[in-house]
Amino acid sequence: MIRRLLVVLALLTAWPAYAVTVERVVSPGGIEAWLVQDHSNPILAVEIAFAGGAAIEAKSGTAHMMSALLDEGAGPYDSQAFQGKLDDLAISLGFDAGKDRLRGHLKTLTEHRDTAFDLLRLAMTQARFNKEPVERIRGQILAGLAREQQSPEAQASKAWYRAAFPDHPYGRPLKGDVASIKAITTAELKAFAKTWMTREGMVIGVAGDITPAELGPLLDRTFAALPARHPPINVPEAAAAGGRTELVTLDNPQSVAMFGSAGIKRDDPDWWPAYVVNYILGGGGFSSRLTEEVREKRGLAYSVYSYLMPFDRGGIIIGGVATENARINTSLDLIKAEWHRMAEQGPTETELANAKTYLTGSFPLSLDSTAAIAGLMVTMQTDKLGLDYLERRSAFIEAVTLADTRRAAKRLLDADALTIVVAGRPTP
Amino acid sequence: MRFLAIARAAALLTALVPVAATAAIFDPTTYQLANGMQVVVVENHRAPIVSHMVWYKVGAADEPTGKSGIAHFLEHLMFKGTPNIAPGEFSKIVARNGGRDNAFTSSDYTAYFQNIAADRLEMVMRMEADRMHNLTLDDAHVRSELKVVQEERSSRTDNNPSALLHERMEAALYLTHPYRRPVIGWPAELAGLTREDALAFYRRWYAPNNAILIVAGDVVPEQVKALADKYYAPLKPETLEPRIRAAEPPQAGARRIELKDARVRQPSWMRQHVAPSYAGATDKTQPYALQILAEILGGGATSRLYKSLVVEQGLAASAGAWYEAEALDWASFGISASPRPGISMDKLEAALLAEIARVAKDGVTAPEVTRAQARLKAGVTFARDSLHTAARVLGEALTTGQSVADVEAWPERIAAVTPEQVSAAARAVLDERASVTGLLLPAQQETRR
Repeated sequence: MIRRLLVVLALLTAWPAYAVTVERVVSPGGIEAWLVQDHSNPILAVEIAFAGGAAIEAKSGTAHMMSALLDEGAGPYDSQAFQGKLDDLAISLGFDAGKDRLRGHLKTLTEHRDTAFDLLRLAMTQARFNKEPVERIRGQILAGLAREQQSPEAQASKAWYRAAFPDHPYGRPLKGDVASIKAITTAELKAFAKTWMTREGMVIGVAGDITPAELGPLLDRTFAALPARHPPINVPEAAAAGGRTELVTLDNPQSVAMFGSAGIKRDDPDWWPAYVVNYILGGGGFSSRLTEEVREKRGLAYSVYSYLMPFDRGGIIIGGVATENARINTSLDLIKAEWHRMAEQGPTETELANAKTYLTGSFPLSLDSTAAIAGLMVTMQTDKLGLDYLERRSAFIEAVTLADTRRAAKRLLDADALTIVVAGRPTP
Repeated sequence: MRFLAIARAAALLTALVPVAATAAIFDPTTYQLANGMQVVVVENHRAPIVSHMVWYKVGAADEPTGKSGIAHFLEHLMFKGTPNIAPGEFSKIVARNGGRDNAFTSSDYTAYFQNIAADRLEMVMRMEADRMHNLTLDDAHVRSELKVVQEERSSRTDNNPSALLHERMEAALYLTHPYRRPVIGWPAELAGLTREDALAFYRRWYAPNNAILIVAGDVVPEQVKALADKYYAPLKPETLEPRIRAAEPPQAGARRIELKDARVRQPSWMRQHVAPSYAGATDKTQPYALQILAEILGGGATSRLYKSLVVEQGLAASAGAWYEAEALDWASFGISASPRPGISMDKLEAALLAEIARVAKDGVTAPEVTRAQARLKAGVTFARDSLHTAARVLGEALTTGQSVADVEAWPERIAAVTPEQVSAAARAVLDERASVTGLLLPAQQETRR
């Protein structure tokens, strides 16, 4: 049995045995974190996710604006004093908002670990939201929105979400719009922070130069002061609207297009077959069918891609391409044809085998930094992948059969259901 | 890059990466093969992976007149096959083995890399050595790839008024030196590039004695040496003609570019000064002093420019400074800002110029220098975190006139800089006559009286 197993591994994976040990650390006060120890370099990274993101906000852009203000003064420190401590000790601390979650990131040298956790605690529990930083960040967000209007990629993306989710919070822009940003009050920012940064649904990932015994007490000191619970999350299920087309007229030489439709969630039984199908279709860089047809054979684009995006209330499959105005429709026709061909026939045996060696073999490349490992520890918890996920991941991919991929492709890919947005001045 | 950023054209983006991330103590092993190829090995045994890179000492500043873009175009064409590897197969073979590959071009260098399982190092070495001498190009692939590069130019530059301004500023900053040339190429010259142009450039510059091999990751130097002896050592060295770079005459007058574009919604202000690089500096301490100056002026939320313009005066949405010392000839020192909604560009510019004048006249203080040094030093530890960073930093240094010893000495050279040296560097470099100021503005609607 053992001999057979070894032979199979040697044939199917590009990797020798490679162990990353994931530890579940529970503090004396009952706060949990997943840890990967690495004492080779005196740094550590912490990643935190809170349940509740932009999808639950009343005014578009509140979660994003709030997260930009958490490190702009907290506890005894005003904004310059707080930022000065971060700068002087080379601590990097920041927050951002996604559609379903808020995330926090901390990276520090071991020697400043205690101060770093202290600043993290202050930011989460005692952010000041003083007038100066609130107005400054508001101005920066408005300037950022103006800059986004110069970006065809940003314009196409915003328009795509608006078209695909017209009546759902997923369709609203994460950074808000000019009217909503101008209208957000300090009281609303404070209330959002207090209501949604709670221990309920919070997950923590840690990587680097720290032991479980050192981490435990720090978890209590840092997170115990957060409220225990948040209100119920009432975001409805979301199915991306298909078959819409939209044009955002921009005076550019090249049109930027985004195309996509409803996808699947992360806990769907077809996740891995769908993941493999997407890799072969448009996820695999120079190895993908879209790159082959659009870029390599015809020189129609520098970049063409697709990916699965699994939100909590519904997934999407989405992609992009940029081609000169006169030929963008040729690119889109080819993409639709590839979408259709994959739905009808699925991948070939060879494509499936190549996808497997890449998807299993390349995984360790993405664990190149301490922060990336901390981020993975969070994803493993939010996606409920299990403490032993890293040991099982290759087996999930190896288990995908040609029949699985055909079923998933048929279910996932419908060229007529693509919602397509073009930003540019395409010629018909 | 075939998918990523062109180093020099993307200077604005790289400026956002802390200066400190570009140097660290990596403790590399280095030696030379008999054919002149330099080898650098950095051990990092955290994961069974390896970063394999070959850097060529040639870039866009070495292109023949009228052929701008050929260095980068050739970089794309290096994936179009040899007698042993079919066109387009290179990246697919790497992917089938669980690896990722790409390439990038700057004014001074062109580099190719694969990140892959350590036990596949021999395979990627064999393939990389093969394409150093055996590239075959057919016209159909060349024509199709030229369209890809033209689309790349549209995405990077022509679709983006801010990038367009930056390109024109670089062209104005250097009066005659080829750094004025965009790496991606001027549109008309790019359109005319041919297979013969690419092959001529390839034959002239791609040779082991013009290349550096860098391997970082889960390897030991002896193992890399054995493989390098097998695959790179047999390659024949070429007689290399000298790199001819036009000497830049003394700068004598400020230039100003106002790019008005109907697509602009958020204006911005930028100034670039010609500055000494590591390799080109007469006073070898000056590039280190300038890194500290950039940190004091523009490094984060407590820097002088951010604190004054964004926080205290409330005039700017953003403000920063950058300096990249890695260049064979000249570097540039940049300052930029973007107004808060409702603030006029004139008002913002006046406030910026006052800050620049203040640092040029009064210099910096000792506590400012100490703080900046501590921050830069911490960056060394963070830079060691990623094996790709090590390979990239060493490759960039070695192709821009620095040695491994220079890279390793970076922390102590930064620590040795005095406040007087920073003040003197500010006075010397922040000279308006050696600068280009660029304004990105919305096009005004013509109004009839």
